[in-house]
Amino acid sequence: MKVKVLCRNPDDYVRETTRDIQRVPRNYDRTLHPFEVPREYTRALNATKMERLFAKPFVASLGGHRDGVSCLAKHAKSLSTVLSGACDGEVKVWNLSRRECLRTIPAHEGFVRAICSRFCGTSFFTVGDDKTVKQWRMEAPGYRVREEPLNTILGKAVYTGIDHHQSEGTFATCGQTVDIWDEQRTSPIRSFSWGVDSFSCVRYNPVETELLASCASDRSIVLYDMRESTPLKKVIMKLRSNTLCWNPMEAYNFTCSNEDYNLYTYDMRYLETPVTVHMDHVSAVLDVDYSPTGKEFVSASFDRTIRIFPKDKGHSREVYHTKRMQHVICVRWSADNKYVLSGSDEMNIRVWKANASEKLGVLTSREKAAVQYNQKLKAKFKNHPKVRRIAHHRHLPRDIFKQKRELRDMKEARRRKEQNVHKHSKPGSVPIVTEKEKHVVTVVE
Amino acid sequence: LLYIVFYGVSRLILRSYLKPPKRYWEVNAGEENGEAENTDVSPNQDNISKEQPDKIRDERRQKKKRSHGSFISGKKDPFPGEAPIPNEQLKKFQRGEKFQVVIAFRLGKVKETILRSEAASDLALKQAARYDLLLPEESGFLEGDDDEDTCTILQEDIADAVDITSGAKYFNLHLTQFGPYRLDYSRTGRHLLLGGKRGHVSCIEWQTKNLTCEINVMETIHDVKWLHSEAMFAVAQKQWLYIYDSKGIELHCIKKFNNVLRMQFLPYHFLLATASATGFLQYLDVSVGKEVSAIGTKLGRLDVMAQNPHNAIVHLGHPNGTVSLWSPNQREPLVKMLCHRGGVRSLTVDRSGTYMVTSGLDRKLKVYDIRAFKALHSYFLPAGASCLSLSQRGLLSAATGDVVQVYRDVWGGGSMSKPYMAHRVRGAVWGVDYCPFEDVLGIGHEAGFTSMIVPGAGEPNFDALDMNPYRSTKQRQEWEVKALLDKVQPELIGLDPGLLSKVDQATFEQKHKERVEALGYDPLATEKFKPRLKKRGRSSAGAVERRKKKVAHEDQKDTIRKTVEERMERENERKVKAQEQAEHGTRTALDRFKK
Repeated sequence: MKVKVLCRNPDDYVRETTRDIQRVPRNYDRTLHPFEVPREYTRALNATKMERLFAKPFVASLGGHRDGVSCLAKHAKSLSTVLSGACDGEVKVWNLSRRECLRTIPAHEGFVRAICSRFCGTSFFTVGDDKTVKQWRMEAPGYRVREEPLNTILGKAVYTGIDHHQSEGTFATCGQTVDIWDEQRTSPIRSFSWGVDSFSCVRYNPVETELLASCASDRSIVLYDMRESTPLKKVIMKLRSNTLCWNPMEAYNFTCSNEDYNLYTYDMRYLETPVTVHMDHVSAVLDVDYSPTGKEFVSASFDRTIRIFPKDKGHSREVYHTKRMQHVICVRWSADNKYVLSGSDEMNIRVWKANASEKLGVLTSREKAAVQYNQKLKAKFKNHPKVRRIAHHRHLPRDIFKQKRELRDMKEARRRKEQNVHKHSKPGSVPIVTEKEKHVVTVVE
Repeated sequence: LLYIVFYGVSRLILRSYLKPPKRYWEVNAGEENGEAENTDVSPNQDNISKEQPDKIRDERRQKKKRSHGSFISGKKDPFPGEAPIPNEQLKKFQRGEKFQVVIAFRLGKVKETILRSEAASDLALKQAARYDLLLPEESGFLEGDDDEDTCTILQEDIADAVDITSGAKYFNLHLTQFGPYRLDYSRTGRHLLLGGKRGHVSCIEWQTKNLTCEINVMETIHDVKWLHSEAMFAVAQKQWLYIYDSKGIELHCIKKFNNVLRMQFLPYHFLLATASATGFLQYLDVSVGKEVSAIGTKLGRLDVMAQNPHNAIVHLGHPNGTVSLWSPNQREPLVKMLCHRGGVRSLTVDRSGTYMVTSGLDRKLKVYDIRAFKALHSYFLPAGASCLSLSQRGLLSAATGDVVQVYRDVWGGGSMSKPYMAHRVRGAVWGVDYCPFEDVLGIGHEAGFTSMIVPGAGEPNFDALDMNPYRSTKQRQEWEVKALLDKVQPELIGLDPGLLSKVDQATFEQKHKERVEALGYDPLATEKFKPRLKKRGRSSAGAVERRKKKVAHEDQKDTIRKTVEERMERENERKVKAQEQAEHGTRTALDRFKK
């Protein structure tokens, strides 16, 4: 007779001393793990609930401006430094990690319209309503030394926007024309205009560094090449665009914030139709900025909310608002992809988490693993109705909620009308226009 | 597994035959330049040509490995690449079919996502299959000598032959006063719960023979069951259902559950399913203490009950020979099968949820495939089986009178003429249950309890994250929290537990209905031809029918004409394309710059 009976030595399964961690022998046999799908589903549901439970996106409010914040800029090199300009002409330099103002500069008379940091981070430029462009040192002046600009350029008209080249000593301003400046000269080296009276925003392409795009008040977005004397092409839309931002990773795409409550992502090469129309705001969109990964962007709106959109989705994944935040004028996504900064009418700069339920600070490896596991589960079960309902639910202020419903009804009515017209007219005489095609008037080369 | 072992062994042997690596000072003067170069380069080229081009990641990993070792010495790896995994092992962990990606998939992003997730699951599959080799324990076995039947081997002999700890697992408890006994092992297999018909309840840590509690409830006991951990158990007494804690203190008396005869605990749902003498099947959620559902089965006294551990469906056996399958979500049985000509005496389901074994008053033992609800085998047992139980590794124990027989390979169609093991106890058997993760069968009978050694019954390797027999109190508490968080809702109980992960495909009718609702009209509807009313007898029924017949094929004519035209067009296009290709040859990447 040959016999073997299961007999385990407890020493193999129990920790040796109480200071050891417990032993966890595994066996991945499927029959030992029944109900894997329902259990995973339960976990996914719990993870989704936890996510909404821990969604506390508001980090800090930076107060100190004495008028509405009109513009924000990131430092080119330092993560913790942020520049902001206000409607009373003051520029403030903030330290984000200490949440305090480092410097206050009375930079302009009237609004500070735009700020940009030089690529090396040693100085920054401001433009204001007093028709000047000023360059400032990033370092604070010594004790009892007056704040003086490095350079001041007096222009003929008001400048509304400024952006610096990625690697050279040139910058672009916009106002009545789009001007390219050499840092060493006091007159523009090139001026572009295409029969329009004013521009609101100009941005350099982060990859093809000689390319520029600007938003004009005649409802157009104009593309330029710095090396040529004339603009490349422009697209005219139904309503005016306020600002635009290039996608830092796919730099042939840019997103513009429009007065018609929408944002439009365009492919620079095919301006005839936008790649995506991003809808959700219930008032004019004032500013937009991409995350450094190029996967998402944040938009600021006159409806007192900021929203975060995935770059290829038509609707936002997140909406931030507080009772006290008024019209949001400007918004920036921090370079470490973790925070969003918003500057609003009621003189505050607010710091938000880019991922609302993210835990701040250092995570242990087990925490990280748990977060990743939960993310995967949420992604796997995201289309199940229960999970979907919880994940998509956002509380909105009552007026915005009502407006949203109203807009939806209006849109539905318009769609129905169009359908009826199409149905009762001669076949082919009324073409079906898609949502993307609706908002573009024409493209001019 | 064997293959891998051989592979490893041969690898070792070969290594011992190969020379030790050459050191730099051992280079001969004559070979120095040319040959050294050659040896450096050639294996590299060899490997590249042998490489399978399908997986870039593998490629990279291999490259890294190569650059580590083999080149400097000039030695070749006799077993390049990863060790192969036998198909059987892979199959054990496979979930569903692989998705075949059509090459002409139009949506690039979808295709990419599918490919990536397939690669990830492939990797997981391989890792799980490889891990099998590292499992520390192997299952037990019992083999007789020549001309010796294993069923004739006595328990005493086995207990003598094996080591002391294992030998101590064969023991008898003489409890003649309050018998016959029902029993239940806790899910870890450490604790045993005994319930005597005349009111005796005791919890024993059976391996250390430590008595944790012993009470007499002074009432008839029909069944006992551990709840999710060894801290609580349920006792079905004469009238109500009681819950006690491990010290024997009465926690609850649940008067909603009366005259309970049999109980089953569904551990992942935290549900206690009870079957009563009045024909009610009730579910109690033990985590919140609420009755989930009460189903009046209208099938009489319910004293035969089993659960399917794969999908948490409760099986009930009835005196008319049927077995019915129940979930808490439906008032009617999910399935009703006629299994026996007489009443059903006992039934059990294996842990993979594939097979059900039933025994009836017609003295038959039947094996069913409960995925297809088909009988696989039918055996005749001379005395019939009163209690059935299946072990984790698929051994079937059947009690007939005072003899317990253990059968091997029941659904493989092995002959049932000789049992694998047999044991006679001192009284009629009242309950049998295998101890999880141990080679032990517990038998409750009229004269007490017998613990019988059945080599090869238990799963040798447990998963500590699921059930750990060696867990400490702290680990148990942590597990309890985790398990409660993962508690599956009773609504999810159904015949197929994997249904949630499958694509919910709407039928054409559903889609069409939604479309009609959205559009406000039916786009596919065609207007019926209504003949105009004519006078002077030309609208007689016959005339109307004749007129209808004239236009009967009109609508079809249109569609036929259209399809024919389309087909012709496609054909023409194809021809033109073929001609163009023939003229230009194949297009290259540079052709896009030609105008």
